[in-house]
Amino acid sequence: MFTATPRNRRSYRVQNVARAAFFLATVALVIPVLIIVATLAVKGGPAISWEFLFTPPRDNLTAGGIMPALVGTIWLVVVALLASVPVGVAAAIYLSEYAPDNLLTRTINLAIINLAGVPSIVHALFGVGAFVLFFGAGTSILAASLTLAVMTLPVVIVATRESLQAVPPAFREACWNMGATRWQTIRKVVLPNSISGILTGVILEVSRSAGETAPIMFTGATAYIVFLPQSVMDQTMALSYHLFYIATQQTGVPEELTFGVALVLISIVLLMNAVSISFRVYLRSLKKW
Amino acid sequence: MVESGVGAGAGKGDRGPLYAEPPTIEVRDLHIAYGGRSALSDVSFDVYRHEIFGIIGPANSGKTSFLRALNRMSDFVTGMEVRGDVRINGKDIGDWRNVYALRSRIGVVFPLPVGLPMSVYDNVAFAPRLRGIRRKSELDDVVERCLTRAALWDEVKDRLDSLGSLLSGGQQQRLTIARALSQEPELLLLDEFSIAVDPVTTMRIEDVLRELRSELTIVLVTNLVQQARRLADRTAFFLNGTLVEIGKTEHLFEGRVNDERTSHYIEGRFG
Repeated sequence: MFTATPRNRRSYRVQNVARAAFFLATVALVIPVLIIVATLAVKGGPAISWEFLFTPPRDNLTAGGIMPALVGTIWLVVVALLASVPVGVAAAIYLSEYAPDNLLTRTINLAIINLAGVPSIVHALFGVGAFVLFFGAGTSILAASLTLAVMTLPVVIVATRESLQAVPPAFREACWNMGATRWQTIRKVVLPNSISGILTGVILEVSRSAGETAPIMFTGATAYIVFLPQSVMDQTMALSYHLFYIATQQTGVPEELTFGVALVLISIVLLMNAVSISFRVYLRSLKKW
Repeated sequence: MVESGVGAGAGKGDRGPLYAEPPTIEVRDLHIAYGGRSALSDVSFDVYRHEIFGIIGPANSGKTSFLRALNRMSDFVTGMEVRGDVRINGKDIGDWRNVYALRSRIGVVFPLPVGLPMSVYDNVAFAPRLRGIRRKSELDDVVERCLTRAALWDEVKDRLDSLGSLLSGGQQQRLTIARALSQEPELLLLDEFSIAVDPVTTMRIEDVLRELRSELTIVLVTNLVQQARRLADRTAFFLNGTLVEIGKTEHLFEGRVNDERTSHYIEGRFG
């Protein structure tokens, strides 16, 4: 009676094989990441110093620090955020809370998903055509940031829409039944309970904008400029483009320097993601239902 | 609990239904469909001021659809079509350009309690704030009065700042009722409010409803026929989207029916 049938034993063996396969896939995923981070830390670590972070490059980029690139990346990301967050959040609110479920809305949603899949070099060329030339922004922080904003807009929209839709419909109905308008409902109930997801999307966008090279290389980034940008109409250095340039376009750059830039860049991205994750965990702990 | 057959709340100081005055709700040839599938067809009846009007019937009989049509929640439901006339206080609900103003005059209580994810106080102060009441003292008064009338004040008066969504199911349902009352509605719609509530709390809420009848008009959708018997002045029996019968509750429960399906349902022989 109480013995395993052959069928039981077979299920058990299959289960063990499946678990091993999934575990190996996970290991295969983690190992390259560890190798990259370890290599960067070992080879680039010695280059990191206050002087490296806070002085401009010297001697045809073969010595000195990364200050203009670091500051330039911050400019690019902040301006991109200022452009994409208001538009993205507003569009997501419209799509999630107001738009009727019809062919047009579904087409727009599909277009947003497709926009997320467009290669960044295509966004770059769009940025050159639209912002640099057509709107006459020239190669500038403004043009580069707007290009980054267009590229990251789908991330903001999708993250916002998903966090809005995570708020139970019953809350909305309860408000509507009390005579609240859609906007009153959004402002008093929906947004306060979805802000965590929206902020997470925004932070993810920051890390993505900081790391992208293609969208800024033709629109506003420059290889070498010692001055810090004074306005959004200036060109600027940026970490990602600086890395690309000294690694492939410039000879005589010490390896340590290249790895140092890569280490700073990946640290910024990882830091942003860590902030995003801990923020999400924190806000989830405040969740009210 | 009192099972006094004609139990339609013969409490003292009770203003009974005003059958002589023009009705509060007039329903004429109401037809509701979802994407072509009919949910309620050609229903006509009146509900009078200070009346508790019961609606009984098995699932899918169109009871909830009727309530949704009353406050034009149908506007927000894709694919829900409403035809026919519904007048509240003589005014066709379709004539309200500002549907939010119409809804603010109608309190609704759902089958499952929905405590909004805000404090108990803010839950009850929500509708008054929508009306533009800002003064703390005034809001305090409304909150205490509504919670008291919903038989919840004593249980929550020391924790008005705790989350409404963390109260127990029965407390949340009374919170929902307090919230509906805070709208100072002329009409209160209850949709199977006792589904998630224990029997003792149900009886307390029923007592509250009997008292409220002297101030407003109540439409009570219920799938507990005994609840209709305890509360309703008149009761309508909906079946498969049609109005089978409507009559004084005591008559229906004494077997004075025009359609034998009504007594079959009341006696629990189907549904």
